[in-house]
Order: sequence, then structure tokens, then C-alpha cells
Amino acid sequence: MYDIIIIGAGVVGSSIARVLSKYKLKIAVLDKEVDICEQTSKANSGIVHSGYDAHVGSMKAKMNLRGSKMMEKLCQELDVPYRRNGSMVLALSLEDLPKLAILKTQGDTNGVEGLRILTRDEAIKMEPNLSNEVAGALFAPTGGIVDPFKLTIASAEIAFQNGVEFKLKTKVIDVEKHDDHFVVFTDKGELITKVLVNAAGVYADDFNNQLSAHKLKITPRKGEYCLFDKQVGNLVDKTIFQLPTNLGKGVLVTPTPDGNLLVGPTANDIIDKDDISTTAEGLKSVVDRAKKSVKQIPMGFVITAFAGLRATEQNGDFVIGEAADVPNFYNAAGIESPGLTSAPAIGEYLGEMISQKLHAVAKSDYVKIRKDTVRFESLSLAEKAAIIKENPEYGKIICRCELVTLAQIKDAIHRPLGATTLDGIKRRTRAGAGRCQAGFCSPRVIEILAKELHLDPREIAKNDNNSVMLIEFDKDSL
Amino acid sequence: MINHDIVIIGGGPAGLAAAISCYENGNQDIIILERDNSLGGILNQCIHNGFGLHTFKEELTGPEYAARYVAKVQSLGIDYRLNTMVIDISKDKVVSSINETDGLMQIQAKAIILTMGCRERSRGALNIPGYRPAGIFSAGTAQRYVNIEGYMPGRQIVILGSGDIGLIMARRLTLEGALVKMVCEIMPYSGGLKRNIVQCLDDYNIPLRLNHTVTKIFGKERVTGVMVSEVDAFRQPIPSTEEYVECDTLLLSVGLIPENELSRKAEVAINQKTQGPEVDESLSTSIPGIFAAGNVLHVHDLVDYVSMEAALAGKNAVKYVQGLLKTGLSIVIESKNGVRYTVPGTINPDNAEDITVVRFRTSDVYRDAYLSVYLDDERVMHLKKRILTPGEMEQIVIPKKWFAERPNLKKITIMVEKE
Repeated sequence: MYDIIIIGAGVVGSSIARVLSKYKLKIAVLDKEVDICEQTSKANSGIVHSGYDAHVGSMKAKMNLRGSKMMEKLCQELDVPYRRNGSMVLALSLEDLPKLAILKTQGDTNGVEGLRILTRDEAIKMEPNLSNEVAGALFAPTGGIVDPFKLTIASAEIAFQNGVEFKLKTKVIDVEKHDDHFVVFTDKGELITKVLVNAAGVYADDFNNQLSAHKLKITPRKGEYCLFDKQVGNLVDKTIFQLPTNLGKGVLVTPTPDGNLLVGPTANDIIDKDDISTTAEGLKSVVDRAKKSVKQIPMGFVITAFAGLRATEQNGDFVIGEAADVPNFYNAAGIESPGLTSAPAIGEYLGEMISQKLHAVAKSDYVKIRKDTVRFESLSLAEKAAIIKENPEYGKIICRCELVTLAQIKDAIHRPLGATTLDGIKRRTRAGAGRCQAGFCSPRVIEILAKELHLDPREIAKNDNNSVMLIEFDKDSL
Repeated sequence: MINHDIVIIGGGPAGLAAAISCYENGNQDIIILERDNSLGGILNQCIHNGFGLHTFKEELTGPEYAARYVAKVQSLGIDYRLNTMVIDISKDKVVSSINETDGLMQIQAKAIILTMGCRERSRGALNIPGYRPAGIFSAGTAQRYVNIEGYMPGRQIVILGSGDIGLIMARRLTLEGALVKMVCEIMPYSGGLKRNIVQCLDDYNIPLRLNHTVTKIFGKERVTGVMVSEVDAFRQPIPSTEEYVECDTLLLSVGLIPENELSRKAEVAINQKTQGPEVDESLSTSIPGIFAAGNVLHVHDLVDYVSMEAALAGKNAVKYVQGLLKTGLSIVIESKNGVRYTVPGTINPDNAEDITVVRFRTSDVYRDAYLSVYLDDERVMHLKKRILTPGEMEQIVIPKKWFAERPNLKKITIMVEKE
């Protein structure tokens, strides 16, 4: 019997697991995917929102503000790339200027610090590449950017190191409430737990509705993005938003913590909870709308496009806490934007709630600090020289675009909850995330994965088990 | 910090030819830095034949062509480092590289020759919508899997783009047991050599669909199919022409991009058309003492021309180190009316060889047209061409005597003319 089972190894499930791993509890995290940080956590804007968007008094406002405050220190502890670059909301016409003031008032009431309305000239002085249509802007100095993969992976690694079990490739089929426990039916067998936590992203309504009379309805809201080469990563320094609409925060233009430029997302409600395909219309709309914010979008420098799904609950707010009619069943549902920002706060909030309920005792040997895989590219020449001397495998470049070395790839495979796929390597090291999009490094990474995991190269997949890269030996079909 | 007169970045065909030329022109203080585990560059995976017809007057495979240059480099005792990645070049010519045995190595060079080659454009650059499953490969990566590693990336293949590597891979994959369903080319003409269309597609009954592109990719885990559409005159897909083609693999052969990240670090000026450095008649870049040759400069159709160009860069790097390369006014070469660019872009008559070879590609297909050269306003060359196509590199030879005859010459113009 587990004390706690968490469904979902995204950023929310991993954050909850990290906080609960401080206590002497038997915990498992289940996920149907082959790696942590699949689905929504892997495809989003990577923004730490300052908190002016969320409606006053909402759970979103509360979690956003707390998450934004926690993020810097947490990212230091977890060694996650983060930068407080500040953000701007643009008014693109004089008529829109009053809306900035309304947004500022909402932000002030939510407790966002340092919000300031900028004139057109002040805004352009701060961001010279803004479009000529800019009439004014709301500046939020506390806005930031974070690596969403690393925040999720780091949280999961800490949980794992503190004893949490991660059962990946384990799909929850059904959940059942008994007097003092839940039975969780998976495609790998049954598990029993005292407390069940639902952090299942776009699928969270399914699990809630199996147990609770208070039904949820989550609609996947697709967001499409274009990612640009680092050569144009400094087009803007701050995250540039447009005024929000009823579907979300609109299209943003932002640098990423690794120095790329990211443009997106669209916002379209869809039906299929696995449909992460990009569309011609979506990509065109992203670019057309981004052109209103900045003078030009350097289309020649697009390196990839992707889509993610927001878990939008019909009432528009996060659903966090113990279900009123199902004791010991906790939801973290409807976690759309600002979900990434809020994840650490949701972890803290639910973690405290659940540990108190279980009268959990804190561990004395809790590991709090994590050291990430070395980011070789960002080391100085002297540091590079020193680390190669220490371990010559740092002298062997595997990914040319992002300067990722053999030592890093091997570390990503062998560290806690290590990578088993090409995408897993990419999210942990950036090998394959650069301008050639893995054309150069994928044969090399497949070889290393096969060798280190004692697999045949034909078993190495991009992500899912069915996404193998190499089908057969030459001439096998002849 | 160690010192070498000439540092050559990349040990592919350009780097090898440049090194041999440096040596033969009198400078033996050379080092080649190569990131892969053998010299020869991409030729090592080009196991088809057709290399060397100009250089050796015989038909070689890629590895054979490379082997001749590698043998020469080794017999001359030219120094080289394998598995060595150059991570920085400064404009004052300090080359920083790393490898497992030397660690960080910094070399102060007197001259540098950039011979880093090119890379393939990826799916992202085309922004093809759809899922992101396994089974989408650039043609060159697939070539490596099949020819070096011995693995098939798929069984049912659609190829987008008719660049030479894509055409070569259509044949290769067929011979290795795959079914290549079609090659789609968004342009009304192929981007590859005519001989490759005949020998790699026609001979195997693989259809080439001109004016067609892939408009969507299907398959959540592995590619299951692609949507192919005809395009209109503005290269926009025509919705009524959509056709679903089942396949497990999409190969992309949609262009090559000179790999100039290091050149940019050295603040070398880059030509927007070629994506390679701006160079003069000596193949010197905008930074004196930094030269460029081969596919890092502009994408070539035949390796023979890469070798010739690199030999010239080597010779001039030696002259530069000796202080024999003159500075002074240059004559600009203007490309217009269908000539996309020229390499070189300028000629300093004081440095010009007896003949200067100017290489370029046209921006469209022209039949029964003329290639013309004007010296200022005077037309001095008017060559009838049965066909000019972007897939094949063209060249014009400019004799040095033209400059002596016209001391006030300001501009050379190369263009395509209807008559």
C-alpha cells in the first residue's frame, strides 16, 4: 500500500512529488509516457508570469504570485536555467491604452510588484525592435523565463532521489474508491494507495469524474509555436505580450533561457487530447500576430515549430485541493497558463495539505540541492579546459550546434531518472535542440544510448516505444 | 598558446586540397583541425561514383576521391588533428579547439582557411505542419545511417526536394530494399544535377513530381503518411490537388546551408545570397588573412570544383603569410538578370592570376539564352547556352589581360540575356 499515488509526471505532478518527498511517506508517480515532462509540460511558453493576468481572488492569482516569488531561489537550488528578464504588455492602439491601466490595477491588487505603464517612447527605448504600432505598454519587472523541461526534470529527480518511485510507461485505466484506500488499475497491474493525487493534465477530468460528483470538463486548447535560431535570440530582451483576449494571453515574442527566440502560441479549442500537430493556419497566424508586436519576424531563422495543449477547465480557474465529496482525493486540475509558474506553489500548497492530513514526519536526510548536467557551452574557455582535464569525455563534441559533449550525454543517461530516448537526451542536454535539429548528432546519440543502455540501435526511439529511428539492417527487405 | 602559420578548419575535400596547396606553394607550417574521426568529410558517406572526372579524368567513389587527398596529406607529413572541434575563431586569428587528448588547444595563426562545408536545411526551416514523429530525416543523415552505420531508416519513403543528396538516396534506398514512392520538388525544375535525375530516378522508375510539396506530416509516433499537394505559380499549395501518400519515412533534401557560425565569431562578412563569406579573387574574406573555400563559401555541385577552389585559397594563404598579397582598389563583380551571385565578388587586378574563375548559379531555368560579361558598359563575352539551371554551377573565366587593357575599369557585370 502506498501512502500517496500521483497520476502525472508533468511539472505539476513532479512538483507535488518533490515537496512530499521531504516526508517519510511511500509515494509513487505514475505516467503513461516513457519519460517525465511529456505532454503539456514539454510544449509551452516557458514563461514565469508576474501575475497581472489572473482574476483577483482566483486560485490562478494566488498560485501565480506565490510561484513567481518562489521561482528564483528554487531554480538556484535545482540548478535550472532561469532569468528574470521582465515582461511587457503592448497596447497597439490609443483605444487600448485604458486596458493597460485596468490590467495594472488588477496586477497591483494581486500583489504584483513594480508594475509601471510606459509611454510609447519609453517602451521603444527599452525594446528597440518593437513595432511602430506600439502606443504604450505595461512593464512587469518581475516577469521571467525558465526552462520548462529542466524545471520538471529537476523536480522529479529530487523526488526520486528522496525515495519517490516513478512508474513510467504505466497508464492508469481506472481508479476506484474503497473505505480507506483507492485502487488504481493500470496497464501494468493494480496499485493501492491511501491518498490519490490527480495531476493528469488534459486527462485530469477523467480521473476526477470517476470519483467525484463534482464534475470537471477539461478542453484541450492547442497552442502552436515557432522557435528561432540563437542568431536572432536577441530580437527582444523582455517577454513581449499583447493585450489578453478571452482565449488567453495572446501571442508572445520572447527570448528563451538558452538564447533562442520563441514566438506563439495560438489558442484553439480542440477535441483530441493527443493532437499536438501543428497546422499551416496556426503557424501563419502566430507569425502574423507576432508581427504586430515587433518590427520583423526573421522567418529565415525558424528552426522548428511545435504545438502543446493547455488543460482548460470550463470554469476558467485551477481546481486545486481535496475533493469535497471524496476524502483523500486531491486534484491539481485545469492547470493551464500560468501553470508552469504556479507549479512550485501548487506543489507547496498540496504538499503541506496532504502531509498534514497524513500526519507525516519530515525526513532528516532530505536532499534539497541538485546539480544539473554540466552546460559545457556556457563555460568559459578556462573552465572548458579544466573540465576536459578532469574528464576527457568533455572534449568529445556530439552535438555541434549546442556544443554538447559525450560526458553530458552519458550523464543524462545515467543520472537519476535518466534519459532513454532521443527526446530525453535533448531535454536534458540540448543535443538536437539546435539549428540543425539533430541531423548531425542523432546517429551519434543513438549509438551512445544503445551502448550505455545495452540495447540494439533498432530499439532506440525518439520518444514513444513506437517511434524507433532505425527499422532494420540494410538489405533486410530484399 | 601554440603557433602555426596556417590553420585549416575542416578536413573534408576543401581542407585537404587547401593543405596540399599550402604545402606545395612553400609553407609547411600547417595544421588541419577535423571534428570527425577521419579525414575526408562527407565524401566518406558518398559511396556512389561520379567523383573526380575533372580532377583525375576517371570516375571514383567519394571515399576513393577522399583517399587520394588523404594519402597525399599523409605522405607530405602535414599535421592534422581528428575528433577536434573548433569552438572559436577570433578576428586576430586565434583558433580555439577541443578534443579528448589535447583538451583545450589555442593556436595563434598567421592565416586561417575556412573549409567547414555546409549542413542540410531541416524540416523546421520549411515549417511543414503536422506531428513531429520519428521517421523524418534529412537526406544526408539517412545516407550516413545506410552507408556508414548499415541501418535502414525506413521501408516506404517519400523524398521532399530534389537536391543531389535526395536523388542519390532515392537510388541508394531502392537498392537496399526500400520502396521510394516519389520525389517531390516545389520548384518547376530540379535542384540537382541532370545526370542524377536520369541515373537515380529515371533508371528506377521513381516519379519526380515537379511543382509539388509536402503540406502535412501524419503519424504521432512514427510517420504514417504525408499529404502531397501541387503548388501554383507562387508556390502556394492548391487545395484540390491534395493527395495522401502512405509512407513510414520522409526524407528532406531541401537545400544546403554553408556552415558559418565560426566565421561569424571571427566577424567575417557574410553574403546574404550564398550564406557564405564575401571573398575577393584570392578567396580572402573581409578579415585579411582569413580565407574560405568549398561549400562553406557557396554550395558546389561537383567536388572537383571544391578542390580547385581550395587549392587557390591555399596558395593565397601562403602568399599572405609571405606578405605578397597586395591591398588596393578592387573591381566589383555585379550579378544581375538571373545571375544569383558570383564567387568571388570582387577582383583586385594586382593579385589576379592569369585567369580568374568566377563561379555562380542562376536563379531560374533559362533555355537558349546567353551568358554575357560586361566590362563597365562594354560587352566582352556573349556565350550561347542551351540550358542554364540553378542545379548546376556555372563559371566564367576572366583573363588578367582585360585589366591591363582597361586601367580605369570599375565594374564587371555578369548576366543572363535572352539574345
